[in-house]
Amino acid sequence: MSVHDITLTVNGRKVRLTVKSNELLLNVLRDRLLLTGAKYGCGIGECGACTVLHGRECVLSCFIPAVCADGWEITTAEGLSKDGKLSVVQQAYVDKAAIQCGFCTPGMVIASTALLYENPEPDEAEIKDYFRGNYCRCTGYAAMIEAVKVAAMRMKERGCDDEEL
Amino acid sequence: MRTELNLIGKPVSRHDAWAKAKGDQLFSDDWSMPGMLFGKVLRSKYPAAVLKRIDTKKAEELPGVKAVLTAKDVPVNEDVTKFGQMRDVGGGFEGLYRVLASGRIRSKSEAIALVAAESPETAEEALKLIEVDYEVLEGVFDPREALKEGAYSVTGDGCGNVIMRTKICDGNIEEAFKKCDVIVENDYETTPNEHAYLETEGGMGWIDENGVITLRVGTQVLEHYRTIAKVLGLPHNKVRNIGVPVGGGFGGKEDITVEMYIALLVQKTGRPVKMVWSREESIESHSKRHPEYLHYKTGATKDGKILAQEVSIVMDGGSYTYLTPWVQMYSTFAAPGCYKIPNVSVKSVSAFTNNTFNSANRGFGAPQVNFASERQMDEIAARLNLDPVELRRRNVLHDGDRLPSGHVPRGHIALKELLDKVNKELNRSSKPDRLPDGRKVGRALALGHMVYGRLNFLHDSSRVSIRLELDGSVTLRAGVPDLGGGQASVLAQIVAEELGLEIEDVHPYIMDTHLTPLCGTTTATRQLYMSGNAALKAAVQMKEKILEKASALSGCPVNMLALKNRKVYSVIEPETISIPFVDVIKHLSNDGEVLENIAQFNAPFTEVPDLNDIKGELNPDITYTCHGVELAVDEQTGKIELLRVIAAADAGRVINRNSCEGQLEGGCVYHAWWPTMEDLKQENGITMANSFSTYLIPTAADVPDIESILIESGGGLGPYGAKGIGEPADNSIAPAVVNAIRDAIGVGFNKMTVTPEKILNAVLSFKNKE
Ligand code: FES
Ligand code: FES
Repeated sequence: MSVHDITLTVNGRKVRLTVKSNELLLNVLRDRLLLTGAKYGCGIGECGACTVLHGRECVLSCFIPAVCADGWEITTAEGLSKDGKLSVVQQAYVDKAAIQCGFCTPGMVIASTALLYENPEPDEAEIKDYFRGNYCRCTGYAAMIEAVKVAAMRMKERGCDDEEL
Repeated sequence: MRTELNLIGKPVSRHDAWAKAKGDQLFSDDWSMPGMLFGKVLRSKYPAAVLKRIDTKKAEELPGVKAVLTAKDVPVNEDVTKFGQMRDVGGGFEGLYRVLASGRIRSKSEAIALVAAESPETAEEALKLIEVDYEVLEGVFDPREALKEGAYSVTGDGCGNVIMRTKICDGNIEEAFKKCDVIVENDYETTPNEHAYLETEGGMGWIDENGVITLRVGTQVLEHYRTIAKVLGLPHNKVRNIGVPVGGGFGGKEDITVEMYIALLVQKTGRPVKMVWSREESIESHSKRHPEYLHYKTGATKDGKILAQEVSIVMDGGSYTYLTPWVQMYSTFAAPGCYKIPNVSVKSVSAFTNNTFNSANRGFGAPQVNFASERQMDEIAARLNLDPVELRRRNVLHDGDRLPSGHVPRGHIALKELLDKVNKELNRSSKPDRLPDGRKVGRALALGHMVYGRLNFLHDSSRVSIRLELDGSVTLRAGVPDLGGGQASVLAQIVAEELGLEIEDVHPYIMDTHLTPLCGTTTATRQLYMSGNAALKAAVQMKEKILEKASALSGCPVNMLALKNRKVYSVIEPETISIPFVDVIKHLSNDGEVLENIAQFNAPFTEVPDLNDIKGELNPDITYTCHGVELAVDEQTGKIELLRVIAAADAGRVINRNSCEGQLEGGCVYHAWWPTMEDLKQENGITMANSFSTYLIPTAADVPDIESILIESGGGLGPYGAKGIGEPADNSIAPAVVNAIRDAIGVGFNKMTVTPEKILNAVLSFKNKE
């Protein structure tokens, strides 16, 4: 099997890696960079547990060969908090009790962040639509939708720009 | 002295919310160790077969393979199923537990061999090199067929396929039917739904320097360590089970999953071993909810009094016994529904088939009968030309009413309040016949009752320990598997409440059989009731000690002292007599007092009832729910859309409002699409829907507004009068949905899955008839 040298910037840190052509981004993040925030839920792009940010867009890391991510800037859930302080979205998830088992949470907070990059004031229908690819079996979603609304509102109130998401 | 509650009932954030939000929480697949091997399972290709020959030679020779195990390598390959109970109940309640297949194979995906290798790829490769010869047999896949004379024998013992028969009778059913003005008879069928927790089964294990097999797995039942020890031929104290926060359980992680295989591979290789199931493997091999085939015959007077109900239930137990008899008890008990019916007969039978085994799933046998009994109510109402709400109102159980088993529930019965509240909310505006886009609108509700706490004859108990630290913080130790319901955090909240602390002052250390007192299983909606009471007891005992010391220090009598804001103070002179909590601890420590306290709570104990005539109390108490649904049916496509859902329960007493509402919302969504969408498509023992693109669960886009109504009657047996909420939360939504479809299109569906095609056909034939 062929191997490739790639460079990734993960949570602001640049890493060089040699990866096999069949190695998935999810496995590189979890097994080689020890960032276990992104989860395996299905491995075939059906649940959203492995969602990470590629720049400002969310992608399913179980679905992407690591070699295709060469040069990407990736953010995992662990990279959202700064100096131990939760991001606006993460804090809203805590405040709105949008976390039960927490297994979907890393993917959900990433997806929520990407949504707010794209659309800083989403309405309920837009939030629901954006969450189509992220399953949660525990919460029934209502608290998560609330959390996104609260995060959007706090951003607006504080006059934050989306760099601070 | 008891003062006003400070923390109980508040929406507090759980101790683990921050780590989970940050992505720092480690789950079963997030642990690794140097030198770790990867375990995989070879599973049967056929649902019914005889294992003729297994040859593992080629697999063993593959470089990187460290162990290949089959049944002959398992020290004790056959035992009986246990589920953490402290007491052997024997009889039909403990079925065969077979670790690896030998002889007759009873279901597809039954485990045949285990492999441990240096990489997951090598382990996978090795599985392909194991040669297995099967003699394929016909099998039986429908429990009604399995019960017939001369049916294929699933176990091969030729003694028939019955797992258990039970009966509950009251009054005189034959005579009562003669007095009824109407008799409504229907057949109902429920499907075997999938838990679909986001985290598949996984974990790792190693052997420590003293020979203790140590496991770190996601499980609802830490006490499986006893069965693991037995299978490995070790004393109980040589297996340690350290749980990890579970990424969803819902009953699917109540049976033994990966932990046994990991333990065997660790024992064999002496190396750390990790095993994580793929989604496909998870769906194909763990238990499902029991499909039930139910017949209801109900008789009522023309003014809507139900006089008699006869129910027969056939349950598909699948390939092995597991929790079938227990689930059957719940189904049999709950079958008569939420109503006072003087003449009742419920007969149930469970049977082996060659389907994947069926076991626990949120609701544990209650949702199946609740679906049927609440559908039946709307059919009776239609026959009587009576409002279904009014029919319910005339028959619901009230405090002091006796159930058909003779048992009078101990806690409060809030059915009437729930019914009225949900009805009022659901009909706060008049129902339009159609939406502006032409879709038909339907509205309906359903009631539910489900027990919390385990079967009394299991003699259930739980223990919790608290230790006062010298800086005034508290360490709480509890062997409570946390599945995401906040099972651990609520214990900290109770202790903080009693000791006048903040919730962050109490740190819960949980799930470690060598270090934490055993709390029993996180099943049966029992943790708040059982461990909550144990934590309360531990804290109250500790509080007495603290107050006595503070009394000695201050000269103020104990009954005039209270704990609040990290202080002990006099309720009469709070300004002058007030001692910091930490100072009292220091005095206790100086005087050599024990700063640690473990307390045990026992549930009511009864004996195993006569299964041919069940009498008496089976479980400690019952939680009541009501769901109201408004939905739209598209008559062109047969598609339904939920527009509004009202989820209501009597929680007895809300402890953590966030967690309680979370259960109510989550439970409701968990089952709202069970009757109409979630379908495993099992065909002759093969699960066709083994992925998330074929087994559909609701997404955020499906979910409408959910209005939660929490009644706090105070009438529960848990701490502060709480009732359990986790499982009951999903109990009455499914019949409410199907009743609302009936309301919209005039056709009632009794068999799941109610697909758009079925709805479309029904609409067409209904119109033709008209
Ligand atoms: S693990 Fe990537 S979508 Fe499920
Ligand atoms: S919180 Fe458990 S899957 Fe979302």
